[in-house]
Amino acid sequence: MSLLSIENLSLDIAGLPILKDVDLSVEPGEVLGLVGESGSGKSMTALTVMQLLPEAARTQGRVTFDGIDILAAPEEAMCRLRGDDIGMVFQEPMTALNPVKTIGEQVAEGIRWHTGANRADAEARARAILDRVGLPEAKFPLTRFPHELSGGQRQRVVIAIACALKPKLLIADEPTTALDVVLQAQILDLLRDLVDENRMGLLLISHDLAVVAEMADRVTIMRHGEVVDAGRTAGILTEQRHPYTRRLAEASTHVPARARTEPSGEDRKALLDVSGVTRDYPGRRKGFFSRAEPFRAVDNVSFSLAPGHAVALVGRSGCGKSTLARMILALDRPTAGEIRLAGEALGDKSEAELRSARRNMQVVFQDPYGSFNPRHRVERLVAEPLHLLDKRPTAAERREQVAEALHDVGLSPSDMDKFPHQFSGGQRQRISIARAIITRPRLIVADEPVSALDVSIRAQILDLFADLNQRLDLTYLFITHDLTVARAITDEVMVMDEGRIVERGRTQEVLKHPRTAPARALVDAAPDLERALAARRGDKAL
Amino acid sequence: MSLDPTLREDPAEPHFLWLVLSNRSFLIGAAVTLAVAAMALLSFVWTPHDITNLVVADRLQGLSWSHPLGTDHLGRDILSMIMIGARNSIAVAIVAVVIGMGVGVPLGAWAAARGGWLDDVLMRFNDLVFAFPALLSAIMITAIFGPGAVNAIIAIGIFNVPVFARVARAGALSIWPREFILAARAAGKSRTLITIEHILPNITALLLVQGTIQFALGILAEAGLSYLGLGAQPPMPSWGRMLFEAQTRMIVAPHLAIFPGLAIVVTVLGLNLLGDGLRDLLDPRLRRQR
Amino acid sequence: MTAYLAKRLATGLATLLVASVVVFCVLEIMPGDPALLMLGMNAEPEALATLREQMGLNQPVVLRYLDWVCGMAVGDFGRSYTYSTPVHDLIGERILVSLPLAILSLILSTAIAIPVGIFAAARRGRPADTVTMGVAQVGVAIPNFWFALLLIYLFAVWLQLVPAGGFPGWSAGLWAGLKALILPAVALALPQAAILARVTRSAMLEVLGEDYIRTARAKGMPRRVVLWHHALRNAMIPVLTILGLQFAFLLAGTIIIENVFYLPGLGRLVFQAITQRDLIVVEGVVMLLVAAVVAVNILVDIGYAIVDPRLRTRR
Repeated sequence: MSLLSIENLSLDIAGLPILKDVDLSVEPGEVLGLVGESGSGKSMTALTVMQLLPEAARTQGRVTFDGIDILAAPEEAMCRLRGDDIGMVFQEPMTALNPVKTIGEQVAEGIRWHTGANRADAEARARAILDRVGLPEAKFPLTRFPHELSGGQRQRVVIAIACALKPKLLIADEPTTALDVVLQAQILDLLRDLVDENRMGLLLISHDLAVVAEMADRVTIMRHGEVVDAGRTAGILTEQRHPYTRRLAEASTHVPARARTEPSGEDRKALLDVSGVTRDYPGRRKGFFSRAEPFRAVDNVSFSLAPGHAVALVGRSGCGKSTLARMILALDRPTAGEIRLAGEALGDKSEAELRSARRNMQVVFQDPYGSFNPRHRVERLVAEPLHLLDKRPTAAERREQVAEALHDVGLSPSDMDKFPHQFSGGQRQRISIARAIITRPRLIVADEPVSALDVSIRAQILDLFADLNQRLDLTYLFITHDLTVARAITDEVMVMDEGRIVERGRTQEVLKHPRTAPARALVDAAPDLERALAARRGDKAL
Repeated sequence: MSLDPTLREDPAEPHFLWLVLSNRSFLIGAAVTLAVAAMALLSFVWTPHDITNLVVADRLQGLSWSHPLGTDHLGRDILSMIMIGARNSIAVAIVAVVIGMGVGVPLGAWAAARGGWLDDVLMRFNDLVFAFPALLSAIMITAIFGPGAVNAIIAIGIFNVPVFARVARAGALSIWPREFILAARAAGKSRTLITIEHILPNITALLLVQGTIQFALGILAEAGLSYLGLGAQPPMPSWGRMLFEAQTRMIVAPHLAIFPGLAIVVTVLGLNLLGDGLRDLLDPRLRRQR
Repeated sequence: MTAYLAKRLATGLATLLVASVVVFCVLEIMPGDPALLMLGMNAEPEALATLREQMGLNQPVVLRYLDWVCGMAVGDFGRSYTYSTPVHDLIGERILVSLPLAILSLILSTAIAIPVGIFAAARRGRPADTVTMGVAQVGVAIPNFWFALLLIYLFAVWLQLVPAGGFPGWSAGLWAGLKALILPAVALALPQAAILARVTRSAMLEVLGEDYIRTARAKGMPRRVVLWHHALRNAMIPVLTILGLQFAFLLAGTIIIENVFYLPGLGRLVFQAITQRDLIVVEGVVMLLVAAVVAVNILVDIGYAIVDPRLRTRR
């Protein structure tokens, strides 16, 4: 008998259909990967099992956990199951813990509630499980508050809460999506070990095929609230019988076709020249009278970028890459050092003096939802950088330029009278790129430009970047923590760690043979679909 | 949050007009507010009786066809007094909101745009003004210049300044870190231009809602001041003053105290409902939560 | 924590100092001659001169200010022109009415509002929520002094349960004193409670939508336990803010309400002082009220630090 079995589950929320005839099952000790793009209903499936759906939700079908009919179970019975037999880990560790309670209280609370243990016993057990998830007492006493921990550490606390009572089933809903690759690898290792130790079933929800390929025994693939494909991981992902599975797999390993412009760097002058750049932030004062120790976000960084080149700046979160990007864009000033764009120094310049430099460099941001003023129409959004031109274009000229930029990014000129909320995430990222290229800049700085997008859309946007690189002779600086993006689109990689650039080289070279420890950590931790599948085939062969 | 799959893509965003028509708070609030405003405007051209004409023989009458809400101790028609009193209440509250917005919003937006010590100084200044409730400033102003409607306006207006400054600053601070602001900065726009083009349009909803709240509070404060004799002076009728005059005659003529009070409650209630309705309509986050 | 407290105290003191300059300037420099104001237009010149001498008006402004501020720091608020007694005696006498009234109504309003707000939030969208919030919506719109008039009519005139106004003094017994304060306290408290209940409800609803509430529910805690153990403490942060702001309104409210009920409190004192142009009394009482607002704001900040551990370690 399966530990969890879902049969013909349909769900609608306030009349809106969310799930249709979903079937899946998890055996004890097994990892089931539930894969799908955003809006596919995978999170709602998990919340149905937990019975934590919004109030307007109506369910049909059958969900059985350990012989219990979940959909028919009264709330008290569910309270007994949750946290005891079923644990759940969520996506966003920064907000998943109560900010006003200590981590000890939050872990011990569930233990006391379910076992009736006294405070001392519950705390001893909480201590033990926190030790187990990698938060040893010496550094992480029970009296720590969530805000004193980093994102990865908080996720460990959430896992400790979920696993404190050795549940039979653990549901992990995108548990590593908010973390960088190195933390992701650590958390996934931890989950795998916990599953092995306790013979838990794990329902792992993810949008990332590579993660699932590494972790899951079986996969279920969902799309638009329906299961489209299911089976053993190796079989499903190698054979790719279902067209949607194939599309997902292709998209997640997609490399845009780029005729590499060989770095003719020496004969052309560097477009961007960064030398000895340092940025300090005022630190937190320790005591009332002691002086604050400044925090060095970027530490003596130097590099140059040849025109037409695409370079990735990769590193873990908090390594200083976004600070560096902001200084290059002259949105922040270096504490020391100099940045030159096409030979022109950017430091100490007033906003008016920066105009010509700003014309030549534009930016594409990560979040396609937050990067537009929701009250402006596309025409005004895309035209914003035209403000930098010395001669203001007439209304007709402006429309023409916007139309051209929209055409360049594969949108129709008629889109310019719409508002941003009328577009999907991928389309919005196209608008964002249109805005960046309208002044025909030479340098585009893109800060995690595809990491908020679903894989299939991500592939299209990467193609667009590759295409524009050639057509408009653009130079790219991609800021990313995701090596697959770097591999797909860049010629060179710079690895950043604790404010410094520790390694630089041809992309293929660095990814295959990283020389420094931070680079190696990034490469090893990065989930890789082909490598995972190869490992699985090896397993089978053994 | 991945809880709600419809949160990001909203395929079936209902038409705005439909939202307006299905928002009960907004409809009732708008209707009441318009009715009070219409009553005040009407009083300029017509009132049931002339209140400057004192008919002592008709004093302290109960409800009748000729005087639907009765008469006061000088024989003046209560309904007419309430209609004219509405002018005073609305005028004082509106001007006080205009003062508060006019000074407070630029201050708050400026503090948010500049940050640093300027922000600190402005916010400390705000705390300082907050330590003087409107009534205290009114008392001080009256102690110097003597009582009058203008003093009430100034006192309430001063009190509104830090309220709007705080709302504008908090709203602006939540917009500044957004990526579209960074994009605007990358497009070379100055902080002032960004404040005008991007920040202010995105906090108008917030300010509008706060405006209706302060308008309502202004009406209450004005009533309190004129009850104490610190607001509009006789013979100009005001709702607070009518209540003061009713107090000593409450045993014989309770209606004197009922109707001006009801006028205040209905007006303030209408404005608060309007504010709630506006908040639901204008704040998309709350709209989707419902 | 100590650094946080020290900073709050320092800003509080600075606010008071600046406030004292404002009050002093407004009341001493802007108008004409206080002595003339007191004695009237046709006063004897000799009498005026003597009074000026007595009031120290011949001294330079800065000295007068320092004199006044230093006096207040040691509890000497000067002498009232009209009562011819030290202002601190007047205040000491009147504060015995105003302070119990303010505290009583603060307790009353909090004790009603917070449970009602939580109750409504827990039953969001159901009839109980709609009805309580409808009542609160009306409550917010009621001016406290009008509510006071209605209460007087109902309980004093009609039912004759309590006196319509006046204060017998605490010497007449605790119960007699309290009885005179009940209606004023209710009149002050209920409109405030309506506001506070609405704030409590929306703060609770906001917190109940947070991710950590879901985490707690996933732990197996029932809705009710989550409400009290996880949501309430987080929701207290905005509630505290409003409570701090309301105290200022409450003080202003006492001035009106004391006039409605003829209570011999600070509000009535300052009000009479205005009509009699007794500026030194006005100054003293205004400064005292400002100090009370500042003190309550410091208390609110301490409350934040107790509720929210993030404030204890940062800053």
